[in-house]
Amino acid sequence: MQMYRKYKMFFTMIFQALLRQKTRMFIALLAVAVGAAIISGMITVYREVPAQLGREFRAYGANVLVLPAGDSSTFDETSLTSVRNALSGEDVVGLAPFLYERLEVNKQPVITGGTDFAELKKVSPYWMVKGEYPAEGSKEILLGAEVAKKIAQDADKAIGQTVSVSAGEGTAIKQFTVSGVVSTGGKEEQFAFVDLHMLQEITGKAGAVGLAQLSIVADGDKLAAVEEKIGAADPAVQPQEVRQIARSEFSVLSKLQVLILLVTLIVLVLTLICVTTTMTAVVTERRKEIGLKKALGASNHNIVMEFLGEGCVLGALGGLLGSGLGYLFAQSVSMNVFSRGISFAPGIAILAIVLSILVTGIASLIPVRIATNVDPAIVLRGE
Amino acid sequence: MSLLELKDVSMLYNGKVPALQHVNLSVEKGDWLAIMGPSGSGKTTLMNIIGCMDHATSGHVILDGVDISEVSNDGLTQLRRDKIGIVFQQFHLIPYLTAVENIMAAQYYHSMPDKKEALEALDRVGLADRADHLPSQLSGGEQQRVCIARALINYPVLILADEPTGNLDEKNQQLVMKIFHELHEEGHTILTVTHSAEVGAEAERRVIIEHGHMREAES
Repeated sequence: MQMYRKYKMFFTMIFQALLRQKTRMFIALLAVAVGAAIISGMITVYREVPAQLGREFRAYGANVLVLPAGDSSTFDETSLTSVRNALSGEDVVGLAPFLYERLEVNKQPVITGGTDFAELKKVSPYWMVKGEYPAEGSKEILLGAEVAKKIAQDADKAIGQTVSVSAGEGTAIKQFTVSGVVSTGGKEEQFAFVDLHMLQEITGKAGAVGLAQLSIVADGDKLAAVEEKIGAADPAVQPQEVRQIARSEFSVLSKLQVLILLVTLIVLVLTLICVTTTMTAVVTERRKEIGLKKALGASNHNIVMEFLGEGCVLGALGGLLGSGLGYLFAQSVSMNVFSRGISFAPGIAILAIVLSILVTGIASLIPVRIATNVDPAIVLRGE
Repeated sequence: MSLLELKDVSMLYNGKVPALQHVNLSVEKGDWLAIMGPSGSGKTTLMNIIGCMDHATSGHVILDGVDISEVSNDGLTQLRRDKIGIVFQQFHLIPYLTAVENIMAAQYYHSMPDKKEALEALDRVGLADRADHLPSQLSGGEQQRVCIARALINYPVLILADEPTGNLDEKNQQLVMKIFHELHEEGHTILTVTHSAEVGAEAERRVIIEHGHMREAES
């Protein structure tokens, strides 16, 4: 009960002091709140960037290849089901199987890929297709831009034409309709693409898959764990990281995160300077009050605790206000840059409040030192 | 043994400017002493030394059996807290605390805040109904009475009053002096510093300080 009375008086003095010096304290509160807002916003962005940007990076194609294990040149389609099951908890964007065979299209040899176009669209969203992708199980063919030129001179005119497709001399010839022409800027323009099962039928390789392209939101260590899972899922397949994509993704993300950390550090230092300046001004303005308290018998410990208390309350209030503003800031960044909302993270809010309290606590140390040096006799001198 | 004894006390500022020179003074328990003198005579320096806010350059100051000349700064803080109640000319109330909270602050630094006791102290100086007012909502006389209530709250052995009526009108001056008379009658030891002959005349004993030298006033 006695300690309660003592603490109650302590907090009465702290809160009344803060409330009375509204203008000065508002500036300090604003500094802390802005600092906390930027810090919590930055930490939220820092945390969200890999996930958000990782998804953005997936637009640039697969980051893992699933290849046949050992010396085999193909593996069975069922292995992909095992891989899918093994990755059920992961953020898989798409898994597109491919089987490449040399076919004759209008009697010209063309490397033709059989694939699942629904998955292909997810894995390689950058493919520019004039016309349409072939429908599943249909006798439709997607021609690479260069192949289309060879067949119809003008690539656009190839769309809608019927072409004869066979596995070579002496094999059955099937008629396919050109559903579209694809431009990628890469070697795909020299290929043709049909539904996987159609290609398996033409070549008599039922169920065979040459490779699969996996696009998954994962970086660095997480990607290594994904590869491990794939390796363990089925002995018939082995994963291979698409190094240039995965590494450049990792490198961009790392640089971005370092940048965010640096900005956060600079904001912390600026907040520290601003709060120190304000608190020093507060202490200077209140020299007479400090002298009076000392004349009444307040020890240096009392004075230190009161100013640290004021600083910490200021830090807590500023941190609370700032973490709310920081969330709005991060939300706005995420909406404008990634077009995706982010969820409120209580952990980051708590971290921002604790950091604000620490920063104001540290910022109060110099002013508090000045306060303890105030001579109680100034109240009698009438300075 | 005297409650307060100054033996050959001198104070030099910056090691060469004399503020007090060879001052000797003895105050008994229950005395009401007025230290009088013009501005710059050394009154405030003496008040600082007796009020445990400064060390004399030389000599001994013995308060309630403790030689404060040999006490550290922390020790002086403790002595101020335990033995002295100060009434200031400019009242010096903490501006953001109410009247009763100002008194409780003194209790807080001394031992434990006790609102009931603080209210009784306010009642004693006739301000029970102004307990929840901020200093800015009180008149000068009322502020000074809060200051007196605060000085008394921790049962000090010595009440130091620095020009206690210096900023008050005549009516409030009389009110404050009446309280000092009551305190004196109750046996409190009071030391008033003033340049006013009128206020000095209220005390039972007067000393005059001039250019740092002290002498007993002619009665």
